[in-house]
Amino acid sequence: RRSPLVRASPPPGSARGLWRPRRGSQAARICHQVTPAEVASEGRCQPPPSLRPALPTNAPALGRGRDRTAKEPPPASAGRQNYGASQDPAKPASVRSSSHVTGSSMGKAEVACGRRRRGAALIWNPSWSSAGRATKMKVKMLSRNPDNYVRETKFDLQRVPRNYDPALHPFEVPREYVRALNATKLERVFAKPFLASLDGHRDGVNCLAKHPKNLATVLSGACDGEVRIWNLTQRKCIRTIQAHEGFVRGICTRFCGTSFFTVGDDKTVKQWKMDGPGYGEEEEPLHTILGKTVYTGIDHHWKEAVFATCGQQVDIWDEQRTNPICSMTWGFDSISSVKFNPIETFLLGSCASDRNIVLYDMRQATPLKKVILDMRTNTICWNPMEAFIFTAANEDYNLYTFDMRALDTPVMVHMDHVSAVLDVDYSPTGKEFVSASFDKSIRIFPVDKSRSREVYHTKRMQHVICVKWTSDSKYIMCGSDEMNIRLWKANASEKLGVLTSREKAAKDYNQKLKEKFQHHPHIKRIARHRHLPKSIYSQIQEQRIMKEALNRIKHSKPGSVPVVSEKKKHIVAVVK
Amino acid sequence: MNANQVVESLLALSQQEELVDLPKDHPLSESEDEGDSDGERKHQKLLEAIRSLNGKNRQKLTERSEAGLKVLEFNVSSEGSGEKLVLADLLEPVKTSSSLATVKKQLNRVKSKKVVELPLNKEKIEQIHREVAFSKTSQILSKWDPVILKNRQAEQLAFPLGKEQPAIAPIEHVLSGWKARTPLEQEIFTLLHKNKQPVTDPLLTPMEKACLQAMNLEEAKMHRAELQRARARQSYYEAKAQREKKIKNKKYHKVVKKGKAKKALKDFEQLQKVNPTAALEELEKIENARMIERMSLKHQSSGRWAKSKAIMAKYDLEARQAMQEQLTKNKELTEKLQVAFESEEEEGGTKVEELFVPEVVNEVQKNVDGLNPWMLRSYTSDTKEVATQENPEQLPEPAAHEVSGSKKEERPAAEEEILLRGFEERRSLRKSSELNQDAEPAGSQKTKDSSSQEVLSELRALTQKLKKNHQSRKQKASSEGTVPQVQREEAAPEEEESLLPERPERVQTLEELGKEDCFQNKGLPRPVLEGQQSERTPNNWPDAPKEKKKEQMIDLQNLLTTQSPSMRSLAVPTTIEELEDEEERDQRQMIKEAFAGDDVIRDFLKEKEAVEASKPKDMDLILPGWGEWGGVGLKPSAKKRRRFLIKAPEGPPRKDKNLPNVIINEKRNIHAAAHQVRVLPYPFIHHQQFERTMQTPIGSTWNTQRAFQKLTTLKVITKPGHIIKPIKAEDVGYQSSSRSDLSVIQRNPKQITTHHKKQLKENSVD
Repeated sequence: RRSPLVRASPPPGSARGLWRPRRGSQAARICHQVTPAEVASEGRCQPPPSLRPALPTNAPALGRGRDRTAKEPPPASAGRQNYGASQDPAKPASVRSSSHVTGSSMGKAEVACGRRRRGAALIWNPSWSSAGRATKMKVKMLSRNPDNYVRETKFDLQRVPRNYDPALHPFEVPREYVRALNATKLERVFAKPFLASLDGHRDGVNCLAKHPKNLATVLSGACDGEVRIWNLTQRKCIRTIQAHEGFVRGICTRFCGTSFFTVGDDKTVKQWKMDGPGYGEEEEPLHTILGKTVYTGIDHHWKEAVFATCGQQVDIWDEQRTNPICSMTWGFDSISSVKFNPIETFLLGSCASDRNIVLYDMRQATPLKKVILDMRTNTICWNPMEAFIFTAANEDYNLYTFDMRALDTPVMVHMDHVSAVLDVDYSPTGKEFVSASFDKSIRIFPVDKSRSREVYHTKRMQHVICVKWTSDSKYIMCGSDEMNIRLWKANASEKLGVLTSREKAAKDYNQKLKEKFQHHPHIKRIARHRHLPKSIYSQIQEQRIMKEALNRIKHSKPGSVPVVSEKKKHIVAVVK
Repeated sequence: MNANQVVESLLALSQQEELVDLPKDHPLSESEDEGDSDGERKHQKLLEAIRSLNGKNRQKLTERSEAGLKVLEFNVSSEGSGEKLVLADLLEPVKTSSSLATVKKQLNRVKSKKVVELPLNKEKIEQIHREVAFSKTSQILSKWDPVILKNRQAEQLAFPLGKEQPAIAPIEHVLSGWKARTPLEQEIFTLLHKNKQPVTDPLLTPMEKACLQAMNLEEAKMHRAELQRARARQSYYEAKAQREKKIKNKKYHKVVKKGKAKKALKDFEQLQKVNPTAALEELEKIENARMIERMSLKHQSSGRWAKSKAIMAKYDLEARQAMQEQLTKNKELTEKLQVAFESEEEEGGTKVEELFVPEVVNEVQKNVDGLNPWMLRSYTSDTKEVATQENPEQLPEPAAHEVSGSKKEERPAAEEEILLRGFEERRSLRKSSELNQDAEPAGSQKTKDSSSQEVLSELRALTQKLKKNHQSRKQKASSEGTVPQVQREEAAPEEEESLLPERPERVQTLEELGKEDCFQNKGLPRPVLEGQQSERTPNNWPDAPKEKKKEQMIDLQNLLTTQSPSMRSLAVPTTIEELEDEEERDQRQMIKEAFAGDDVIRDFLKEKEAVEASKPKDMDLILPGWGEWGGVGLKPSAKKRRRFLIKAPEGPPRKDKNLPNVIINEKRNIHAAAHQVRVLPYPFIHHQQFERTMQTPIGSTWNTQRAFQKLTTLKVITKPGHIIKPIKAEDVGYQSSSRSDLSVIQRNPKQITTHHKKQLKENSVD
């Protein structure tokens, strides 16, 4: 039986944006008509929170996600809607369609009707209204729309009506704080970054290279001239080449991933096929270039068949030729590393033993600028998302991020290592980079922070010589002195594998909570807590003491020693 | 040089002189006697030495007599003193002889040339190169600035940035690499191949493809026929053109030309009506043609043909005529077209009519254009009596002016007002005329085809004729009573008086006009006129009283303004005194107000008291009248008081008890403080901001699902297993440079070194 007067109370979520008519039943339609008037009469003209501008929590001047009008009385609907108990969503369909009147809801219905008369829209069934007048008895029934509480299928999530009125939730901040605290603790509990160790090299791993097309393939060169190709998913070595006599100084892959280049102490540049030799074929390089001097590094162009080597000068080679098409020098010391800019591909950066970093332009075949630092820079790495930003790993335990247009002041000085930084590699997102140090640890720095957010070490890991961030930005590989390549997670507590949507939501929420409460002392302390090997720890203490002692400003007459900012302190000169 | 040294050298010289013993009587000329020259030089030196005694740095004038010790590559030195030989010295003897003029010139030229500056050294050059390259590169890089800024500030960044192409190889590639091995596969493949069944994407057999490609027979035939027809037509047309071109009959060509010109004119006229802007362009073309004609020497007396005719002209009448024609043509072609033919557009239509229509009609027509408000006014004033009411539409402004004009006639007004009005009227007139002029060229243009120069010239001739006609007509008109527009404008103020006596005539003309209209049933002028009348009349009535009122108010104001200055001058001294007093008082008042409730110490004491009072108080549970008498003036007994007064627990003494000037806040909860932020963290400026962000819950418990999702979006999203490539110019909508980095190097290998070596070599040679 369909009730003649369909007095539809607003569905619980209607004003909040949750409710939408389904199935096109009459009740639903009427509800839809009534809703605006109802809402207006109740003075709940608040838009649903989803429509209000949702502001990010970390911005400084922020309103709340939803209005906090505590003076405003709880909406009248709160009393009227008896969620849950009286209305069993699992009721059979026949019961659902008929409207039922309980004693308590009767009175409420009257109240609601009174309010409704004040509202504009009255919905009457004309045939019934005449009868109603005749009997002079008003029967006001409260009818609920089953669409609001009945699931379409049993696989749907249960509708949980919620009242988001802030007055009903006085403890939201403390509860979130506790959640944040728990999330932080759990993060530390699950922080197990070490994934695997790839062993097989018979000497220290001197260089690493990523495959540009295949995430699972990694190449490594060792100090005994051996090059190995690894499969990360199987964690196995799939190919071994005795490439050079002496060190493999540098290794790089071609941008298409079909071949790779190595340079070694035997003054040769060799190009190798990425696929192994067929059956019966000998392991031979595709090309070998015999140079006059030792090459100390190599990098391949990002788009064209060009590569650059460094040694006594920076040479740019066409793959097809045995002579460099261009060689550039500036200064007389040996150059330890050369890197192509991944975005503006004609730019090169190199660092030499005479403590300088030189930038070159391949198109104009000329060096551009040189910056001289306090100590030698071991490598540089360009930011793959920001064309003019690069980071230099320095011997003075620091890393320097430069804007290449303004070399006189680094954008950021990254300090935390306690020994020379040997290698640096950017995350492909350009937001972080990882550095390998002689202090037997690797650290992850955010680009815009001067302190590291993470430090990785293991007991057996010796001086880390090379480090790479995989191109899906999830893992970090480092090669170290003690012949192993180690695979780490970039986010220490990240769960590997496929996440369900709820897991993902929970992860995101936890992440946000940690961000939100990161300044609270407890959370901060827990989040920052790391275990360090004793050597590093003691060295940190020692260096702190030394720095204190060497604080000349502190120990001299005020004003006599000029204050030089940390950024400027380490730059000796910029040579045009 | 020191004096002592000079003296010494003098002594030495004198000694030498004695030894040598010169013959004094010989004439002193170096060229003659070499032996003498030595002595001569010494003498000279002596003289110099003496001269140098006077001043410190007297310049020596040495004379060169023999090859100097220093032989320089680039310039000649005089004497051993290292002085440079100046070119002027060499030139001096040349001055006199005229035969060496050329040499002199050359030398002068050499003199005027500047010395090339020394080239920079290699390091400097390289540095400059580097600096230039650096600035160029940093300029290139700075294009990334907005992108990087955007990415840094982005709410969310999803990597990989660009849209990834699915790495699925096309089926052709897969198939080519795959071979059927098993017998079943082979059999299937042979079957497929036998029927030429396609294996890959376009699922059509070659036969089907061919069928699709082949054309319908009928269609092809039709197409061919069409092509044939077109070709035939073209050949016919060509043949015809050839034939016509070969016709030697001059008259024929003349007729053709004329016909063309006529057609062009017609077209032009049509164009004027249809598309005025195009017509204007056409006119411009004509003007251009004229300019070209003027620049060229065509149709002038300087050509070969013209010269021959000029010779013949003496004797031959025909030749003379031809010459004349030529010159007139030249004149015609080079005469400037005047664009001032206002009535041109009318001429086409009304040329014939004008013969029959009296001048008045024309005038009225002009009025329609708003040319002559004076005339209008006369009409309106007349038509007031007629008073035909229709709804007014346009030109309220001139109407108002006219009304004011007419009103003025009725009552005496100030001279200024008359003048002002005159100005206004003139202004309005000018406006209307400008409007007209603007409208006219716009209304008088058209074109369809760009006719040849001949046609254009013909056209121009015609238009000139038309213009002449028009002018003559105009003159006629003016003689008959209507004043030319420009004159009218200028004579506006004077005419005001003259307008009054004209009125009766106008009345007549109007009547006549009405009659004429009745007679001839002319559609055009009549309705427009009526419309105009009706427009004017309703406007006039309401406007008139307003005008009066306005003037009155202005008068009042004038009165006030004229009186005010005298008042002020009287008031000045008193007001100043008052001001000074007031200022002092104000200041005092202000200070008082500012520090009225500012008793800091008392405030502090109060605060302190309040803090101390905030201690927990005793609880009094006495119920008066309970168990004893109660009422006004009765107090509960001391025993009861003692019993029912619950004393507050005595807490620890306040820390600031003995510090009269300090309030120590004891409300701070140490246990909670461990969890509270002590310092305002970095991005926040005010603690309220921070508190507000803290107060905002982000969990789904307190937010709707959508709000929750929005609040928990991560800053960086990466997909596992997807390679993130470095950002590319295409990703952010920039054009990536098409030129290869490599090609440049190959074009100029080792650019710097070779280039500079060459340069340096050249420099060293110089």
